[in-house]
Amino acid sequence: MRTFSKRALAAPTALAAIGLVLTGCGSKASDTAGESTAASCVDTSGDTIKVGSLNSLSGTMAISEVTVRDSIALAVDEINNSGGVLGKKIQIVAEDGASEPTVFAEKAEKLISSDCVAAVFGGWTSSSRKAMLPVFEDNNSLLYYPVQYEGLEDSKNIFYTGATTNQQIVPALDYLKEKGVKSLYLVGSDYVFPQTANRIIKAYAAANGIEIKGEDYTPLGSTDFSTIVNKVRSADADAVFNTLNGDSNVAFFREYANVGLKPADMPVVSVSIAEEEVGGIGVQNIEGQLTAWNYYQTIDTPENKKFVDAYKARYGANKPTSDPMEAAYTSVYLWKNTVEKANSFATKDIQENADGVTFAAPEGPVTIDGSNHHITKTARIGEIRGDGLIYTVWDSGTPIQPDPYLKSYPWAEALGS
Amino acid sequence: MDVVIGQLFTGLSIGSILLLAALGLSLTFGQMGVINMAHGEFIMAGSYTAYVVQQVVSSATGSLFVSLLVGFVVGGAMGVLLEVTLVKRMYHRPLDTLLVTFGVGLILQQLARDVFGAPAVNVAAPDWLSGGVEILGAVVPKTRLFILVLAVVAVVALSLAMQKSSMGRRIRAVVQNRDLAETSGISSRRTDVTTFFLGSGLAGVAGVALTLIGSTSPTIGQSYLIDAFLVVVVGGLGQMKGAVIAAFALGILNSFVEYSTTASIAKVIVFVVIVVFLQVRPQGLFAVKTRSLV
Repeated sequence: MRTFSKRALAAPTALAAIGLVLTGCGSKASDTAGESTAASCVDTSGDTIKVGSLNSLSGTMAISEVTVRDSIALAVDEINNSGGVLGKKIQIVAEDGASEPTVFAEKAEKLISSDCVAAVFGGWTSSSRKAMLPVFEDNNSLLYYPVQYEGLEDSKNIFYTGATTNQQIVPALDYLKEKGVKSLYLVGSDYVFPQTANRIIKAYAAANGIEIKGEDYTPLGSTDFSTIVNKVRSADADAVFNTLNGDSNVAFFREYANVGLKPADMPVVSVSIAEEEVGGIGVQNIEGQLTAWNYYQTIDTPENKKFVDAYKARYGANKPTSDPMEAAYTSVYLWKNTVEKANSFATKDIQENADGVTFAAPEGPVTIDGSNHHITKTARIGEIRGDGLIYTVWDSGTPIQPDPYLKSYPWAEALGS
Repeated sequence: MDVVIGQLFTGLSIGSILLLAALGLSLTFGQMGVINMAHGEFIMAGSYTAYVVQQVVSSATGSLFVSLLVGFVVGGAMGVLLEVTLVKRMYHRPLDTLLVTFGVGLILQQLARDVFGAPAVNVAAPDWLSGGVEILGAVVPKTRLFILVLAVVAVVALSLAMQKSSMGRRIRAVVQNRDLAETSGISSRRTDVTTFFLGSGLAGVAGVALTLIGSTSPTIGQSYLIDAFLVVVVGGLGQMKGAVIAAFALGILNSFVEYSTTASIAKVIVFVVIVVFLQVRPQGLFAVKTRSLV
């Protein structure tokens, strides 16, 4: 009896499995044939529209990404309070990427296929973005990615609302060159972003007569910088370009200050230290050093005042606002403006209407470039002051056109793909 | 020349930090054979102790010295708790202690995250420790000199305690032959607890010292745990003399290799040297002379 029932079950199961495999192949075949990709299940009939918020709420990246989730929620509430988008209220489906690229990919699939969201906001590390990219392309859905990154990428299914290299690193190098810097020392964490950034910096330096006195990487999370600081000290460069991430910055700046190196003699320009990290490093260890970003809490515009006040009112008066948070907030508005221009929530309509969509962001006006899905951004060099905030000492004046492949820079040709 | 001096001091400094992290481990792992993966979290507990003490004692100098004392007691108390509740059930089952204490370590990390938050916290160093001293053209940060002195004091105090006090004699007796020690009237249970208290307390002290160099986060102990195990294994299990030599040798080797290569390559080269060394001397620099190695 028992054997019989097992056998009875086996046949339908096998059939179901074959069916699954066949349908899987079928959709793949139509993809490669270049026909319109997987049918969207986004429900536009009701008076709400669902969007996904996918950030690391646990794991090592949680500290950074929770603030991004919070500013996405802030933007969504503001939009809902002023009437929603195309007459519909936005409903957030929040998911935890758990600091794991594979989890990001799984959760993205879930948001698109079972929650049927119209767009997803989130991601932080480049590895999480790279893991999600095929998911969004296969399902022909949209991701809004809010963090500065190493460039050399564009996808019709991703809107990049953080800076690409020509909006952050290149302006920082221009600034240093203008200040008379003739030699640089490069210090970074040993992974994708610093390695790629330093390749760009070296190409720039070679073309502009800047000498690279040394280049050092430490494992992520490394806290012993005595040897590197000794090397920097004896190399005697005009400035240090710092692409270290996370806790390593604390140990690096403490050691730097303790061996007597001062911002006046050898300034350090950092591209990954925001307002919230300064407190952890200790203001006394980093006061006077420089950062390169597109947004600081201290930017004096009505749009930023409104953003900062709204954020503090909702999450606490001592919570600083930072560059990726501002980019995430801005990306929700960019999506709303594009949907309204296209008069549709469909991916295809949004892609076709995105070019030229603008928003008066806290960082200043931003505009989507439809050719590469990046946005124009104002570059800013900031100085860290005694109150722990960062103040703009130089800005590009007007927003810079995004150039993720650095095609407009002759010196970058040698960088290849 | 000042480069050589500078790297020599850097090496001594790295060595002294390794030594502080490994000293407690040389007691619990080297002498008792317990693979305590939570040792790193005891270091973390020491760091957070310094942070908490600083909220209460406002003078940075006062809080540093109070923290060293309180850090020792906090680390030690946690060690005793771990020993009494879990480790005592699995002596002579080193793999089980590894798994159990690894789990405890994860729980402690999450606990720290819940209590203190995921962002790193910062402990202010006393003013007299900021800046550096110039020695033969090389600048040595004062915080690192302080840690060097602290490591020397810890080694001297521990070896005096082990050689001169009756507690130390009991510990050595139990390590050398548990049954014989038991028959001579030594309570091996009480001795185990004492050893664990000492070893874990030293981890707490190491944690306090680390706050002078970098920030304190729930995972701070993790970055030192493997290095501490290396020091103990290279030095020879249970050999304080070996741990001291191994810590400084590895520190100096690391600093010179890193100066001429890069941090990542230096880590690889140091590992290769250790592997080759352990092929030649599997027992480490010094071997325990005992008749009851299990």
